[in-house]
Amino acid sequence: MGKTLAEKILTMKSGVGAQAGGLVVVPVDLVFVQDSTGPLTLRQFNELGIQTLKQPKRTVLFIDHSAPSPAKELSNDHIFLRDFSREKGAILSDVGEGVCHQRVAEDWASPGDVIVGSDSHTVTAGAVGAFATGMGSTDIAVAIALGKTWFRVPETIRIIVHGHLHDGVYGKDLILHVIGKIGADGATYKSLEFGGEALDNMGMSDRLTIANMAVEAGAKVGLFPSDEVTRDYLEKQRRPERYMPLIPDPDAHYERTVEIDGELLEPTVSKPHTVDNTALARELKGVHVDQVFLGTCTNGRIQDLRIAAGILKGRKTRPGTRLIVAPASQGVYLDAIRTGYLTTLIEAGATVVPPGCAACLGVHQGVLGDGETCLSTANRNFKGRMGNPNAFVYLASPATAAATAITGEITDPREYL
Amino acid sequence: MLKGKAFKFGDDISTDHIIPGRLLHLRSNLPELAKHVLEDADATFAKRVKEGDFVVGGNNFGLGSSREHAPLVIKMAGVRAVLAKSFARIFFRNAINIGLPALVCDTDRIDDGDELEVDLSAGTVRDLTNGAELRFSPVPDIMLRILNEGGLVPYIQKHKDLVIN
Repeated sequence: MGKTLAEKILTMKSGVGAQAGGLVVVPVDLVFVQDSTGPLTLRQFNELGIQTLKQPKRTVLFIDHSAPSPAKELSNDHIFLRDFSREKGAILSDVGEGVCHQRVAEDWASPGDVIVGSDSHTVTAGAVGAFATGMGSTDIAVAIALGKTWFRVPETIRIIVHGHLHDGVYGKDLILHVIGKIGADGATYKSLEFGGEALDNMGMSDRLTIANMAVEAGAKVGLFPSDEVTRDYLEKQRRPERYMPLIPDPDAHYERTVEIDGELLEPTVSKPHTVDNTALARELKGVHVDQVFLGTCTNGRIQDLRIAAGILKGRKTRPGTRLIVAPASQGVYLDAIRTGYLTTLIEAGATVVPPGCAACLGVHQGVLGDGETCLSTANRNFKGRMGNPNAFVYLASPATAAATAITGEITDPREYL
Repeated sequence: MLKGKAFKFGDDISTDHIIPGRLLHLRSNLPELAKHVLEDADATFAKRVKEGDFVVGGNNFGLGSSREHAPLVIKMAGVRAVLAKSFARIFFRNAINIGLPALVCDTDRIDDGDELEVDLSAGTVRDLTNGAELRFSPVPDIMLRILNEGGLVPYIQKHKDLVIN
């Protein structure tokens, strides 16, 4: 019987015929932590009784979640990560270098890789054809120590998107629509495998956005085939030798297939307090927004800043609505300076904060006040997510975010194209 | 045999409900963090929960972040098992890895405050308040072995390797 992408990668890596439902032990090509889950991971590592890292040059410690640190306790966590990196030889990605998932995509992830990280959005690297998934601290500690992990081979739900997306509709709208359709637990334990004409023609930035949010439907991985878009991306990222084609077998077994007509998609928004609570942007006109947040591993790439700058050029954010912009990495930050997008955004009224997770998880750089509403390009809108359980978070594309910053209320970006 | 009181929560209890990001600075101070366990779902829970009690959720318990601190602070609060209709993938694996049983059963039949008796080896939950008898889905074999060692750290300390068969 043919294999899905998940079964193919796990077969290659485990050396046994991986089939949905079976268990495999696989070597990991990259293992990483970030500063909010990393300290516990490293303390668990120290408990294992194994002194050395199995693959120090494939072990990365990212300082991105609270960077630069807003509190002395977090600064001490950062010291712990830096000391560990120095003593054990792991790679350190320090304050200002960017969000782990963006950095992994830029510098490491390649088709057929197995990547594990102590962050749920590790699934992002599925966009380049890597079996990439988030795990807890102890699993990651073991992967650091042994250079391998175990998986139950997931069943696969195939998402096929026909046609093409209209102007003003992006990968973010598509994935919010998918999650709204299948639910926040619609793919629990499973692989989401993406295909169809609309996705074949989609650039890597949008693919990363889609894979990033697979976990918001509960999925273990969100996988794209490795194709010409992947080849171009790896060339641009200066590792063309890591390209290999990777497609599912035509007779692969899917638990189910969800077919979507891309032509019918419209700008989509998740309402508080769950990601699957979706509506169309145009249906939410009149919802006042105090803060717009453009950034994160979901939508903080140069293409996202370009889209927002295109809408905001020559316009101003509405008084009473603040716009916070966080480039996802130092590379994105520099590109946004060179291209002038940051100038455009700042002239429109944006506040730019350093590359990192910024306001996404409610630690710093944009914590919401009581009763405030934020429209964010991030991936999660749970109660309390942005630092205040008495605040409201809506999720949308960078275009919807830019249009919303102009009007001060949730706005369909097609009004500004 | 475990015996204690049920603290009932609804569907979609996220890791942000259990320990929100605003408490990130307490993550290396687990005893202090544990004082806030499930604060954004029920602000009184941490004060009322007692050693041996159970957290009972609905669908998709523990969705969201990979933060292992979430099951860890639930365990530190004295909770001996989490019961739910379904669990988010990472939370489930994290709970087992730290030695906290995460049991899948029909929690619609359990009310807040009910006295429960959980028999891990027999796979049963008895609601002593309303008389309901529930069976929970068997924990996968490899996870049962990890759980029986007290979690993944003691498992690796003993076996020095991952052995799945």
